[in-house]
Amino acid sequence: MKARLAALAAVMTVTVLSTSAMAADFVVDTKNVHASINFRIKHLGFSWLTGRFDKFSGNFSFDDKNPDASKVKIEIDTTSVNTNMAERDKHVRGGDLLDVDMFPTAVFESTSVKSSGPDKATIVGNLTLHGVTKEITIEAERVGGGADPWGGYREGFTGTTKFALADFGILRDLGPSAKDVELTLNIEGVRPK
Amino acid sequence: MAIRLKCTNKVKLIIRLSLTRCIADEHTRALEKAALSSHFPGDEGFESRDTSAHHEVRMIVRDTLEGYGIVSRLFHWLMAVAIVAMFALGLWMVRLDYYSPYYNSAPEFHRSFGMLLLFALLVRWLWRAANPKPQIDDLTPLEQKASYAVHWGFYILLLAIMVSGYLITTLDGRPVDVFGWFSVPSILQMRGLEDRAGDVHRILAYAVIGLAVIHTVAALKHHFVDKSTILKRMWSGPSPPSIIPKKEMHR
Repeated sequence: MKARLAALAAVMTVTVLSTSAMAADFVVDTKNVHASINFRIKHLGFSWLTGRFDKFSGNFSFDDKNPDASKVKIEIDTTSVNTNMAERDKHVRGGDLLDVDMFPTAVFESTSVKSSGPDKATIVGNLTLHGVTKEITIEAERVGGGADPWGGYREGFTGTTKFALADFGILRDLGPSAKDVELTLNIEGVRPK
Repeated sequence: MAIRLKCTNKVKLIIRLSLTRCIADEHTRALEKAALSSHFPGDEGFESRDTSAHHEVRMIVRDTLEGYGIVSRLFHWLMAVAIVAMFALGLWMVRLDYYSPYYNSAPEFHRSFGMLLLFALLVRWLWRAANPKPQIDDLTPLEQKASYAVHWGFYILLLAIMVSGYLITTLDGRPVDVFGWFSVPSILQMRGLEDRAGDVHRILAYAVIGLAVIHTVAALKHHFVDKSTILKRMWSGPSPPSIIPKKEMHR
């Protein structure tokens, strides 16, 4: 998700096409679950209510030599929202919040990645949530990357963003301190062999 | 086995009597009762009639072949009120504003009371199974079939509504609290199923209210159009013996 995602482009331009594509495409490791999409929202202004989306998928391209060429796309199954309480999750999925029957998928797709420091980047992209597509900005950080002990190659990032629910047409009033939701994405990608 | 045989004979007698009866006036009713008591002296269901000599108004607890005792009638009317109230409460509480003072307390009451209703329904079934079934002798065969279907429709719908409501709360493994008195543990854990449980709960709630409308219209029709005693029977139960003076039987 992060700055370095874009290395793909660099590889592509400098080296042979096939090599580059092979080198830079990562699939988010949802199979062994080394990725998570978490959110938090204030409860009455007194505490943080946290939750996550249990099901999502995604891929990204990244080359640490040309991070600004990175791209990322994440698809979230909104029905998988989990705040550790069945009744509340039912409500969150319902018509006055996520309305997952109408909008079962949320998508983030990057449009630009700009390095903002070593292993840091600002990712701008479109988030489609609740049927509304709007530009958001994710501050991303590369956590690490390299060969894993099992013969694969991995890159991992973490990114955070914040937006108002109302911007995406979610108008349920949860109180003045609960207008914004914060999203944290922990993304580890595996490069297919 | 012996009791069953006795009941069957009694049913036959009632059917025979009702066939010969043209108008259900008090006089013929009294005759029927006299006939029944003489055929089955000491039968438990008619035990109260034996005390009629004492002219005391006794509350009939158990159901008899001719009417519902106080327990069944209380079950019927209290649950009728409760079901309509719970339906209204359910509709209202899911639309509450997050900052409404009732946002938490209304669902808590709905859950707690719903669990009590579930127990009440189960006890009601046991009670029904342990009691003779009052005979519907002034309905047409079609009406009898329809009323049978409506009654079982109620039982099945209510059970499904209450179980689905229980599931909405407990599918994540949490127990459901009942007024802080006790809690009912979660039996089934299956995350994600709470949405379907909610759909079932909502749709069947509408269905049971629809059935209640049919049931009410039918009861009023039997009462006002057919001049049946069926509604009175559910309200006041079998006539306590002291209401029918002995001499009236010989009039």
